[in-house]
Amino acid sequence: MQKTLVIDPGKCTGCKQCEMACSYVKEGTFNPSKSRIRVFDFHTEARFVPYTCTQCDDAWCQQACPVDAITTDPVSGVKQVHDNLCVGCKVCTIACPFGTINYNVSTGKVIKCDHCGGDPECVKACPTQAIVYSDAEQAGFDKMRQWAAKTDNAPQTTA
Amino acid sequence: MNYVIIGAGPAGVVAAETLRKHDAKGSITLIGDEGEPPYSRMALPYYLIDKISEQGTYLRQTADHYDNLKIKYRQAHVNSVDTKAKTLVFGDGKTLKYGKLLLATGAHPIRPPVTGLDLPGVHTCWTLEDARKIHQLAQSGAHVVLMGAGFIGSIVLEALVMKGVSLSVVEMEDRMVPRMMDDIAGNMLKNWCKSKGVRVLTGTRITELSDTGKGLKVGLNKGKLPVAQLVVVAAGVQSNIGFLKGSGIKTDVGVLVDDRLQSNVEDVYAAGDVAQAKDLSTGERNVLAIQPAAVEHGRLAAMNMAGLDTRHRGSLPMNILDTLGLISSSFGQWMGTKGSETAKMVDKKNYRYLRLEFLGDRLIGAQSVGMSDHLGMLRGLIQSETSLGPWKQTLMASPSRIAEAYVAKMHGSLG
Ligand SMILES: Cc1cc2nc3c(=O)[nH]c(=O)nc-3n(C[C@H](O)[C@H](O)[C@H](O)COP(=O)(O)OP(=O)(O)OC[C@H]3O[C@@H](n4cnc5c(N)ncnc54)[C@H](O)[C@@H]3O)c2cc1C
Repeated sequence: MQKTLVIDPGKCTGCKQCEMACSYVKEGTFNPSKSRIRVFDFHTEARFVPYTCTQCDDAWCQQACPVDAITTDPVSGVKQVHDNLCVGCKVCTIACPFGTINYNVSTGKVIKCDHCGGDPECVKACPTQAIVYSDAEQAGFDKMRQWAAKTDNAPQTTA
Repeated sequence: MNYVIIGAGPAGVVAAETLRKHDAKGSITLIGDEGEPPYSRMALPYYLIDKISEQGTYLRQTADHYDNLKIKYRQAHVNSVDTKAKTLVFGDGKTLKYGKLLLATGAHPIRPPVTGLDLPGVHTCWTLEDARKIHQLAQSGAHVVLMGAGFIGSIVLEALVMKGVSLSVVEMEDRMVPRMMDDIAGNMLKNWCKSKGVRVLTGTRITELSDTGKGLKVGLNKGKLPVAQLVVVAAGVQSNIGFLKGSGIKTDVGVLVDDRLQSNVEDVYAAGDVAQAKDLSTGERNVLAIQPAAVEHGRLAAMNMAGLDTRHRGSLPMNILDTLGLISSSFGQWMGTKGSETAKMVDKKNYRYLRLEFLGDRLIGAQSVGMSDHLGMLRGLIQSETSLGPWKQTLMASPSRIAEAYVAKMHGSLG
């Protein structure tokens, strides 16, 4: 069974520990702007929304890549960027309708969530279980998927 | 089914793979007329600066990829198509029958009618073969003249500067990337390039090239340039439709296709730079000549060829450019349209710019300079035609809050 990051904005307190953990583990610095998960702060409504890649089936990023640098792990379904192949052209960053694959100026490559190989740091860092790593396709995540379907260019036939 | 694909660029390759996904048994022949395995033109700038080898430009990185999928890759040039006999004729006179045909022949660079364009040392930058020549001539310290500062020209610009050449850019229009961004953005790019030591002449035309024995003399309609060791021509592209003359396949600037990517002739489809297909932003048929559209077309055409009725809503024009560290992007109707409203954030000093175009409470176009985070959200909002509600007014006042608006719309409870 494929696992997904299940995000419950209702439980998020905006502490940004997930951003810290992600940027530290992935980039070696405590720098939220280098994090693959971002917490959006809606101060007027006192709400916080952690936001990252859903590993969508359409794999817009992978399809747009001109040099085969993004692949889907056949077991986990996770879309991975291979740094040795990525040339930094950034086409995936405009092709992804979620904006969850971004260019990292310091490395000249793109970065996206890869579930840390099956043990996501953001999940471990979250003190309120606003982010959990789960088998099921659950609530908040489904919403995002529905939205994903809306952005699709054509009905996708599954292979 | 006997599928034949002419053209082995991204459109052709994705189509071949998609056909195999949906038809395990059919025969698939992929025909390309270049000397290499299928490669990506987009990767050429990175080959020029030695970031990757030639092999790094290949569309698929495993050597037996096509064999594994039982896709026959045939290196040959197709001279003509006989749609009545459902047969292709190759350059050497041989023929090949097809059941369903995909035209994915891409485009070729335009060579403007300027005297001396055929001199040695003058090259387009379109194929791997072109790139090899430029790689050799663009030596550190050489003076290089780039003709055209459109999207492709500007991509090549960065690679040339990174190779350490002394660069002059000559663009006919009043700004850089005139078909991708407005005058504020285009002039930001120009000032940025100048600050990096690139000579940028806009509103200027190359009138003539001649060989002085010591290099190429580049004649301009106004002003002067030092002798050049290399002239790179990036003056736009045209779809490869010449070989279709007399085939009965309807063309305008490209092959006209319907929302299944099929031409007027049954069983003949087109995809990529050769296809004049629906543009999502205007609803009209247009040649977009961008990689993401080529891949979308390739996938959808193949699904229809395999018998899965799949409609194309249209592809969205979009580009991203890195100009010596300054990242810019544009999407959809970035220039606005009748009745649209514009929101702008302009910070010339720091080279930052964001322009949003709204029709009612929907985003229909956008352009950015100096930003690289969450850019895909702009595509998402335009393509999903999301009604922004009260966020529209917020964005009119503060366009930079676009990512927030996006996340809020996605999580419905936030307005
Ligand atoms: C330097 C450069 C940088 C670029 N950067 C970007 C970018 O950043 N973003 C972006 O979106 N796009 C970019 N592009 C454009 C992008 O590469 C094209 O949109 C894309 O290649 C189109 O794919 P295609 O499969 O339609 O055509 P092509 O890639 O052109 O492939 C068509 C193939 O068909 C072959 N062919 C043509 N006629 C025949 C025939 N009669 N018989 C047999 N074979 C034939 C051609 O030789 C070619 O190999 C760039 C292009 C260049 C040159």
